[in-house]
This record gives sequence, C-alpha cells and structure tokens, in this order.
Amino acid sequence: MIQGTVNGAAQRFDGPVNVRQVLEKLSMAGKKVAVERNGEIVPRSLHQEVMIENGDQLEIVVAVGGG
Amino acid sequence: MSDPLVIAGKSYASRLLIGTGKYRDFAETRAAVEASGAEIVTVAIRRTNIGQNANEPSLLEALPPSKFTYLPNTAGCYSAEDALRTLRLARELLDGHDLVKLEVLGDPHTLYPNMPETLKAAEQLVKEGFKVMVYCSDDPIQAQMLEAMGCVAVMPLASLIGSGMGILNPWNLQLVLEKAKVPVIVDAGVGTASDAAIAMELGCDGVLMNTAVAAAKKPVLMARAMKKAVEAGREAFLAGRMPKKLYSAAPSSPTEGKISSKAA
Repeated sequence: MIQGTVNGAAQRFDGPVNVRQVLEKLSMAGKKVAVERNGEIVPRSLHQEVMIENGDQLEIVVAVGGG
Repeated sequence: MSDPLVIAGKSYASRLLIGTGKYRDFAETRAAVEASGAEIVTVAIRRTNIGQNANEPSLLEALPPSKFTYLPNTAGCYSAEDALRTLRLARELLDGHDLVKLEVLGDPHTLYPNMPETLKAAEQLVKEGFKVMVYCSDDPIQAQMLEAMGCVAVMPLASLIGSGMGILNPWNLQLVLEKAKVPVIVDAGVGTASDAAIAMELGCDGVLMNTAVAAAKKPVLMARAMKKAVEAGREAFLAGRMPKKLYSAAPSSPTEGKISSKAA
C-alpha cells in the first residue's frame, strides 16, 4: 500500500500508481489541472511515467475566479 | 488598433484589466467581463475540490483562454516561495502561458504587498522566463528596481486591495510614472468610475480592478461604466488638460461687443 497526501488530505493507493492513475481515481482524468509533486511540477506529458511513492505530497490545482 | 496598450510586445485595445473573483456565478463573471471590454482577465490558482461533481462548470469554460488573455495571479501568497510554486503551476495548467501577475502579500488584514519578497520572487520568475506584471507599493524606487529586473509591467496600488478608497497618493503614482519605461497599471483600490478616470488622467497605462465591479450592486453596469471611465481618462490624458488656476480673468465668451448698459 502507498500512502501520500493530495491537496493536504491523506490518500491511500492499493498498489503502485502513477500520477495519471491518481487523477483517474479522483475523477479528474481529462480535466484541466496542474500537478505538483513534493514541490516540483509534474508536466502533463509525464503523468503516466511519474510513480507515486510513500509520503509523496501532491497538489492538484485549477484556475478559479480571482483578482 | 490606435493607441494600444503594449505589454511584453503584445498589443491590447483595452486598457482595463479585470479580475474574475467575487461574482455570483460564472454567467455574471462572463457578462461583466464582456461589458468591461477587458481582454486581460486575472485568475487565481487553487486546489481542486476532491470529490466535487465532475461536471461542475469551470472558469476555463466560462472564459475560454482562446478568447481572453489569462493573467494567473499569486493572490494569497505571503512568501516568494509560495508565489513561485503557484505561478509554475499556472504555467503548467495553461500550457506554457507565461504572462503572470505576481503579488506577494505582507499582511492578511491590509493585504499590503511585502516588497522584499516581491522583489525576490520577481527576480527568480524573470530568470525562469516568466513575463511578470507585478503588484507593488507606490514606491517609485522599488518600481524602478522591478523594472530593472525585467518585469514587463509595474502595478502600484492606488489604495488597499478591496478598499475602494480610490487614488490616495497621485503624487507617488506620478513619481512612478515619471521614471517607468514599462506600462504602469494601477492595481487595487479603485472604487468607482471616477477613480479609474483619475488614474488614467495621471498617465497610467491601464487599470486593473476586481472588487469595484464585482461588489457593485449591478456589476455588469459598473463594468460598462469602468470601460467608459478608462477610455475617457485616457483620452483626457492624451488631450492634455488645461492648467489649473485659482481664478481666471479670461472668460470663455468674448469681452468685446457686449451691449452697453442702459444709460442711467
């Protein structure tokens, strides 16, 4: 089992997962989001390659209204 | 396009930049943006709500980036590091879009900018290839520093964010304007149309606002008023106003050819 946080909340994954699979699990696949893993950007082109490791901190963001 | 606003080599017909926060819904956001005529819209970058309805409408659908120039901001960041992370995420989110609004706040009550952190972040962002429009205090020296670092626009406050207090220190804005070679855009503090006009009459290159429109009783109507105010202020600036005098011994009507007073 792999444990990490996504947007500050704990998340568990049964087996090895990549960033794309995390997005799928959270119903965000195909949505316009950006992902940061442990403070570093994970480019969209690498979502299938970058694997989640224990203790990873993911941030998934979108654009919202702001001034 | 006559008299465009040129930022980082790109021309914009509108000198009004508008924020997309605090509206009732996306329909109102869109209507207000359209009424304002703004081409550049600021957006914030925030965590997705995990578990939210997957079909919930998104800002990107309401305001398609193909139609508007997005200006992702770092609102809510209190350190250079947070601002850098936010804008790197924004660039990734918006497919390499590199025009950004940097703001690093110093205090959650006043939202006054933290200039040392702003300068630190600006320097790094320019190194990373961002085109940085920077919210700053109206200190002419620090505005020059930001320009020297390579920021593409300096955006001094007219008064505090969300205060609607208007142009509190036109003298400092003039000092900033006197030295700046990049566009100077008043960001924050505008409350109503006359404030926007005053900023433009001073010679500012543009005005950025959010609350003045979104918190008006009729936001779409206020957006239209702001469009006119920015245009009127710009034209008045270009026209060159008459000098102020305490009184004038030169009335507008001829002093010659008046009928004579009736003989007593």
